[in-house]
Amino acid sequence: MQPALAIEQLSKTYEGGFQALKDISLNVQPGDFFALLGPNGAGKSTTIGIICSLVLKTGGKVSIFGHDIDKDFAQAKQLVGVVPQEFNFNQFEKPIDILIHQAGYFGISRDVAIVRAEKYLRQLGLWDKSHVPSRTLSGGMKRRLMIARALIHEPKLLVLDEPTAGVDIELRRSMWEFLRDINASGTTIILTTHYLEEAESLCRNVAIIDHGKIVQNTSIRELLAQLNKELFVLDIREPLTECPEIEGYPMTLIEPNTLEVEVEKSQSVNNLFEVLSGQGIEVLSMRNKTNRLEELFFTMVEKNLTGESHD
Amino acid sequence: MTSQQKWIAFITIVRREIQRFLRIWPQTLLPPVITIVLYFVIFGTLIGSRIGEMSGLPYIQFVAPGLIMMSVITNSYSNVVSSFFGSKFQRNIEELLVSPVPSWIILSGYVVGGMSRGLGVGLIVTILSLYFADFSIHSLPVTIAIVLMTSLMFSLAGLINAIFARNFDDISIIPTFVLTPLIYLGGVFYSIDMLGEFWGGVSQINPILYMVNAFRYGIAGISDINIVWAFTMVILFCVLLFSVALNLLDKGSRLRS
Repeated sequence: MQPALAIEQLSKTYEGGFQALKDISLNVQPGDFFALLGPNGAGKSTTIGIICSLVLKTGGKVSIFGHDIDKDFAQAKQLVGVVPQEFNFNQFEKPIDILIHQAGYFGISRDVAIVRAEKYLRQLGLWDKSHVPSRTLSGGMKRRLMIARALIHEPKLLVLDEPTAGVDIELRRSMWEFLRDINASGTTIILTTHYLEEAESLCRNVAIIDHGKIVQNTSIRELLAQLNKELFVLDIREPLTECPEIEGYPMTLIEPNTLEVEVEKSQSVNNLFEVLSGQGIEVLSMRNKTNRLEELFFTMVEKNLTGESHD
Repeated sequence: MTSQQKWIAFITIVRREIQRFLRIWPQTLLPPVITIVLYFVIFGTLIGSRIGEMSGLPYIQFVAPGLIMMSVITNSYSNVVSSFFGSKFQRNIEELLVSPVPSWIILSGYVVGGMSRGLGVGLIVTILSLYFADFSIHSLPVTIAIVLMTSLMFSLAGLINAIFARNFDDISIIPTFVLTPLIYLGGVFYSIDMLGEFWGGVSQINPILYMVNAFRYGIAGISDINIVWAFTMVILFCVLLFSVALNLLDKGSRLRS
């Protein structure tokens, strides 16, 4: 089976000499929900820009379901839908017109476009705003409008560049559900995001890009398996004046009723509770302090910065 | 894309362009009509009655074809330059760039949109001019052909200006410092016979002179220059501008990073 996206030795040097991508290679399989992570300026948006033809590559090859974006550009473009990071629709047009026009550019007749536009605007909760000037929409609505626009030609590969940036938590969760449904119906999704919780929750595979290079390309599960220790926050019943000392469990007293404990993967949490109980400390609740993926992400990017990366 | 898909894409661009200038008609259709009516009142009726005849015609009849052509030129140009640059500025041009539409369809869509406004305003001005001047059509094929080609040529020029433009100043510099002088010095208000040999010769490098004279020939049957030569020049300019615009779109100049 052809990969949904195949990138070979892709490079991009902008005018002025800035090398945004340094011969990266990447495969995304059909049906995958794939995260492309990296700090600002790492090369994520450049990669997405090249996939959807908004950025001209300097070297390398990109194929979408086997269609080379240079030689077979019309077929390749028919298969991709893109949701960019910044709003890029005509703010004076109505959402319904934006969708119908976009469908037209893909050769979809007006009758079919009207039906599809209503379907996606309803699914994304925008139907009641379909005939107002799009500049009057809220930030979250504008993001959803761009998702609807990207789906209007029913692409097999959907590329989203930080789709939930600036969106409140409730709306973000509903967008996740929508994207999960789209993925479940067979659409391959590539997502860049700054919310690593988002990637952990939605994606099966991940590539981390930094300074124009892929520093990690694996499954989320394997990536998380690399995590050696976790930081837990414990809420305790009785306030403490001094931090308890327990061998093998570095601990900090954050507040009189809050302890922070570092637990290695090989260690048992039950054991920790037993020792705490023995000292008369009752734990009311426990939670992860940091997002697990976030911790790994920073470790990898830091390694890359200090030159310890595998490449 | 199949031929039918290309046709749908083309019609979509044209429809969107027409919707745009109709939606903002107080900015796009009303001002040129008021301007041209003022030209007719001042140059045609008030001053024209004291000028007498020019090239054997009452001044208002001499000036009317030039004023119609002026509205076609400025509106064809300004529609494409403002619409295309607006799309670049708001980045919604990316909607087209990520689609499979070939460059020549994008080019044709914008140009036909520009021609629709240019010819629409030209038609309104022609109807209004009948209130001020009596004239009949000397050659309908010449009139229609030259007005279509002029509108095409300036729509193409507007597109090239918009592709190169980086800011709003760049889309006003050409109309103000190039287009307007060429129109005013292109024989709209006077016959180049009045200029003498040297300045008459210099005027012949102005493409608008050929268009205005060919149009005047179509309406009134008089021209300062050879009609065949006028058509040849306009066709050459159209081919040149089309090639340049298509090449710029194909390469993605100032559109893709």
